[in-house]
Order: sequence, then C-alpha cells, then structure tokens
Amino acid sequence: MESEAPAIGICDAWKSYDGGADFALRGVTLDVSKREFLALIGTSGSGKTTLLKLINRLIEPTRGAIRIGSEDASQLDPVLLRRRVGYVFQGIGLFPHLTVAENIAITPNLLKWNKAAIAERVGEMLDLVRLPRELGARYPATLSGGQGQRVGVARALAAKPDIVLMDEPFGAVDPITREQLARDYRALHDTLGLTTVMVTHDVVEAVLLADRIAVLEDGELVESGATRDMLNHAKAAHVRELMAMPRRQAERVRALADPGS
Amino acid sequence: MGALAPQLADALSRMPEYLGAHILLSASALSLGLCLSLPLAILGVRSPKLRWVLLGAASVIQTIPSLALLALFYPLLLFLSLAAKATIGEQFSALGFLPALLALTLYSMLPILQNTVTGLLGVDSAAKEAALGVGMTPMQSLFRVELPLALPVIMAGVRTASVLVIGTATLSTPVGQTSLGNYIFTGLQTQNWVFVLVGCVAAALLALAADRLLGLFEHLVKRPDRWRLVAASGGLALLLTAGALAPHLRESPQYIVGAKGFPEQYILASLIEQRLAAQGLRADTHSDLGSALIFNALVAGDVDVYVDYSGTIWSNFMHRADSPPRETVLREMSEWLRRTYGVRVLGPLGFENAYVLAMRRDRAAALGVKTVADLGASSAAMVVGGDYEIFGRPEWRSLRNAYGLSFRQERQMQPIFMYRAVADGEADAITAFSSDGRIAQYGLVTLDDPKHAIPPYDAVLLVSPRRAGDSRLSAALQPLVGRIGIEKMREANLAVSRDDDQLTPAEAARRLWGEIEGRR
Repeated sequence: MESEAPAIGICDAWKSYDGGADFALRGVTLDVSKREFLALIGTSGSGKTTLLKLINRLIEPTRGAIRIGSEDASQLDPVLLRRRVGYVFQGIGLFPHLTVAENIAITPNLLKWNKAAIAERVGEMLDLVRLPRELGARYPATLSGGQGQRVGVARALAAKPDIVLMDEPFGAVDPITREQLARDYRALHDTLGLTTVMVTHDVVEAVLLADRIAVLEDGELVESGATRDMLNHAKAAHVRELMAMPRRQAERVRALADPGS
Repeated sequence: MGALAPQLADALSRMPEYLGAHILLSASALSLGLCLSLPLAILGVRSPKLRWVLLGAASVIQTIPSLALLALFYPLLLFLSLAAKATIGEQFSALGFLPALLALTLYSMLPILQNTVTGLLGVDSAAKEAALGVGMTPMQSLFRVELPLALPVIMAGVRTASVLVIGTATLSTPVGQTSLGNYIFTGLQTQNWVFVLVGCVAAALLALAADRLLGLFEHLVKRPDRWRLVAASGGLALLLTAGALAPHLRESPQYIVGAKGFPEQYILASLIEQRLAAQGLRADTHSDLGSALIFNALVAGDVDVYVDYSGTIWSNFMHRADSPPRETVLREMSEWLRRTYGVRVLGPLGFENAYVLAMRRDRAAALGVKTVADLGASSAAMVVGGDYEIFGRPEWRSLRNAYGLSFRQERQMQPIFMYRAVADGEADAITAFSSDGRIAQYGLVTLDDPKHAIPPYDAVLLVSPRRAGDSRLSAALQPLVGRIGIEKMREANLAVSRDDDQLTPAEAARRLWGEIEGRR
C-alpha cells in the first residue's frame, strides 16, 4: 500500500478569493489513500468546503498542486474530471425540474452512455441506496429529506466514480434518518471500494464513519491522523478538547443507560 | 340596426386577409425578437456592462411612440434599398412588411430581454454549482439547468411581448402593411364605428389567444410526455402557416395603388382599382400612408399609382413659395416630376382639394370675417384646428406670414373630429379640405385667400417611374382625367362619412364612375 500513489494528493494549497488580501486556505498539504474514508472537520469558515472543491476543480487554487492518482489535476479537463468524481452537495442539490431518475442519470447522460445502460444503472442505483424503483418518476419536491439525500448519493455514484466528495451530506435530515443514511453510505463505501472525502462539522459523525480525520482551522490543517489516534492522543490541546466531545457524550449515555454501574 | 348588418358583413369579408396578415406579421416579429433577444440576454447575464447597454437601449426604444418608430423605418429602408440597387442591382420593397417587421421586432425585445436576464440571474446558485459539479460544461448548464429553471420568468416576458406586438401591429397600416389596423384607420376616417370595433375586438381576441397558446406551450415544455409538446408545436405551426397563406390565396396583384389617410383618397384608390380590374389588371391598395411617405414610395416603385394634389408637390417637394395660376402649377409640376424622378403625371382629375380656412357661418358673420385677410388681428384670440400635417407644412407658414396670423392655439386632430370641433365651438376656425362634403353638412363658410398664399391643389394622377411607360395602365385610367368635378367629389366624400345611409369607399367609387360614364 505504501508504494501506491495516493488517490488524492493536496500539496501546499493556498486559496484567496480577493486577490491575496485574505486567504481561505493557507498551505494545506494532505494525502488521501485509495479506499480511505477521510473526514474533514472544522468550524464554519475554516476552509473545509474550499478544500473539498479544489479536488474536482469547482475552485482553482491560488497556489499549490492537486493530484488525482498519478495525474496533475490542473492538466486535466475540469469538466471530464468532475464527471469522474462523485459529488454530494450540501443541502441536497437535486435539479428541481428533472425527475429522480433523470437526476440520477445526469452524469451517465453527459458521458453518453447508451439509453438501456442508463436505465439499468438508474434501477441499480435506486436499489443500492434502498429506494423503491417507482420513486424514479417523481420530482425532487415530492421527496422527504432522507429520500432526497439518498437520491443525491445515487446521483454521485451513478457514473461509477472511484472518488466521492461529500459536503455536509447528511446535514439536512433528522437525526434518526441521518444515522441510518450514514451507516448505509459507509457500507457502500466499503463494498464499492470508494475513496471518500466528507466535510462535516459533526465530530461524532466523523468519528463513527471515517478511517481518518483531518482538522482545519482558519485555513490551516491543524492536525490529521487515524480516527483512533486522533481520539486518544491528539497533539494540539484544542484538538484534544474537540476529540474529547464524542467520548464525553458516550460516557454520559452509558451512565444513563446503566444506572447500576 | 339595418345599416349595421352590411357594414359588419363587409368587415367580416375582409377578416381572412387582415387577420392572416396580422398573425403573420406578429408571429414573425415575435420570432425574430426572440431569436435576437435570447442570445443577447444570455451574453448580458455574463457581462454586467453589456447588460446595462442592452437594457438601456431596449428601454429607449420602448419610449419611442410606436407610430413614429414604424414610420422611421421607411426612410431608413428606402435608403438601404437604393444602396442595394446601386451596389448589387437588386432592390427590395421598403414599404409594408419590412418596416413593420423591424419596428415590431425592436418593440418585442425589451420584455424578452428583461425577463430572460432576470430569470437567469435568479436561478439558484446551488443549482448552477450542482450543474458544474456533476460535470456539465457551461453550455450544458445553460441549456439543461439554467434556461429550464428560468423558463417561467422568460415565458412571462414572451407573453408580454406577444400582447404588445399584436396590439402595436395595428399601427402598421400607415407604413403600408395590411393588418387589423386597416379596420381601425379606415373606420376612424369614414366614421364607420363597426369597422373600428371589429378591428379592436379582433386584435384583443388575437392577443388573448396568443397569450393562452403560449401558456399552454410553456406548460407542455415542462412535462416529460414530449409527444404532447410535439402535437402543440405542430398545431402552432399549422396556425401560422394558415395565417401566412391566407393573404396569398388570392392572386398576387400586378399593381399597388396608394392612398393617404382620408375618405377622398380611399374612394379614388377604389376607383383606380376598379378601373384597372375592368381592364383585367389586378391591383391592391395600401392605404393610410402619409404625404411624404406615399410620394417616396411612388418614386421608389413601392406604389405604382396614386392621387396627389398639385399644391402639395409644389410646396413640399419643389419647395416653391409663390402661387401662380392652376395651369402654370400643373405644367411646371409635371415637368419637374418627369425631369427629377421620372414620375409621370397622367393628368388632373378635374377638381381641387385645397387647404382652406373654414368657420361657422354665424361666428364669421359676428366677427365680420369674409376673407383670411379679415382674420389678421382677431386671430390672436382664436383656436384653429387642423389635421396632423398642416401646421408643419410650408403652406401654413406662407399663409401665416402673408396675413400676419398668430393663433392662440393650433390644435391637431383627426379630420373627422375637426369639422365637429368647429361646429361645436371647440375651435374658432379649421383648415378644411375644399372638396370635403362636410363643409356644407355642418353649414361652414370658407374664407377666400385674396393674396393667393396657398397654391392651387388640383387632384392629379401620378404614376411611378417604372410604370411610366405602361400603356395598359395609362389606358385604363385615362377616362378619369378631367372627369371628376368638385360637386361630384364632395357628394362622394360625404356619402362615405355621413352618419346615415353611409356608403363604403368602393360603393361610392362605383357610383362616381356611373356618373362619369353617364356624362360622356
């Protein structure tokens, strides 16, 4: 595994939206291995969404380089790159004027798959995200939040990407649905052998889902490491404080669940 | 009620031609407007500077009165047409369809531009980002996401434009384009309110129908069952084709007869058309053309024949300020027209239609006014009414200068309202037409012009340069020369504009011909 190139390589990435007065990212260097599930956490404004969008070139870095596998992202056609990378949008990001099936089929359509293959793929994707196939004919406005988010995941996966980027994917749904969705997605990640980068501000979610956690603050990568290491021996004091939160919650729950101990 | 039935029947018999031309014109203007506005709006969305320029220009165009915008295109196109003739040897007609199409296209652009820009700018940025995120090119994002999402707003603009265009198209009659406006202009001139009403109602119903049809179209575009959309587009196309073909079901005319916008001109144009038809020559009339426009159209060959008045040519085109006797004016005018433009004067019809000041008999008597010279000092307290042209014409300037006239107010109005206005005391004097039957009908006196400030106005048959050598045309019209006396013309004019027992211009023309033949 060590010799293999990382799925995503971010090298000294800087980003300014105002010509250099202020930086949203300040020299972030981060690798994501193949089949890894990485969670990017940080407060709002820490630069985590900017970092995510650099990967499929929705945003161009002011300085620094992005590699996708062995290729330099800046040398790739951004449109073709985006068709290769699944993206689950914050909110839901479904096209309101297209049916569920048309939403799921959008990237295969852009890639000019043939009609039969697309129809078959749409059915498979609905099965995969555990939605009834009849839902394909409906419009997004008629779906519940959880259903909409499952469609979002199905759309991101429809063109068989190796890499999936997710921006607060489960933020807009109620906690019970959210937990179910998150577990289902993690299962898909493992069975399909995906590389996933997920932006979240929910530390508990990050801990429960991710193989590795990276913490951003003010545009800088403060610390990153395997989930277990981050939980137990984070170096920076405030990262330790941040990572202690899931444990405190778990202890409190345990105390309430078993009053005899 | 008895008088209304034949008027209504007459109006309805013209419906296929007028409505067809109206639909064809409106649909062409709207399509062209759409084809121009959509790409411009899309560019405008990307560049705020261009957007500002586009919307500014479209707004300015919208503030130009529609009648003026339509009229402005004629000289412009005429110039282009002559330039085309000079460079590639081909000439196109600058009258009728083309100027109307261009003006209406410009008119349709503001609502479409504005709504397209607003609609596209209003598309949720999350949807645009999602479009890029799933791998669309900017073009694919535009056509698959942004335009569909902005469609309701864009269609609202298109529907506004369609109502605007259909309404404004009624004003294209004066540039020689047939439309439902022909009902309104002719009706207004001849006090045929059935015509006016039919024109207004038909235009309103057409606008309503277009609006509903576009609404249906929009509804269908959004639905996934595309076959219904195809069916609706097919229906729409069929309707347009029907509209386009209706005017062409008749044979295309060989000759275009011109007429200015008052009853005498309608009658004479009808008479010319009937005389040509009697010789087996097909003709069509473009009516309600302005004095300058109709003359230019004749010179350019867009109009083949019409009746003008010697004084009009003398003052307005030859720029002569003197006022010699009738025969001299006729002779010099004919020579000048032939030499300058190659226009042929077939001859005078036999009557004069001069601008003449008219007053109510009792009012003139009370003021002791017999001639224009008596008016001089008292004019400062008087209101004078006139048609749309007279106060801007050189004849009016020379009349004012010759007698030191300075009226308190010069009011322009429809000629038919002018006679009523002076009879009701709304105006003290009017610039009447000497051949108008209404002078007698309203009991008006005309004031003599002892200084001959206004030239003689013999009605003359003018033939375009390209028809100057057409012997069939001149043979067909020769019997009219010198055969129409002032009394006959007044009678015919009154017959088409009186309230009771009103005749159509064509009927009056037939009766006039009967009298001409009877006298031979």
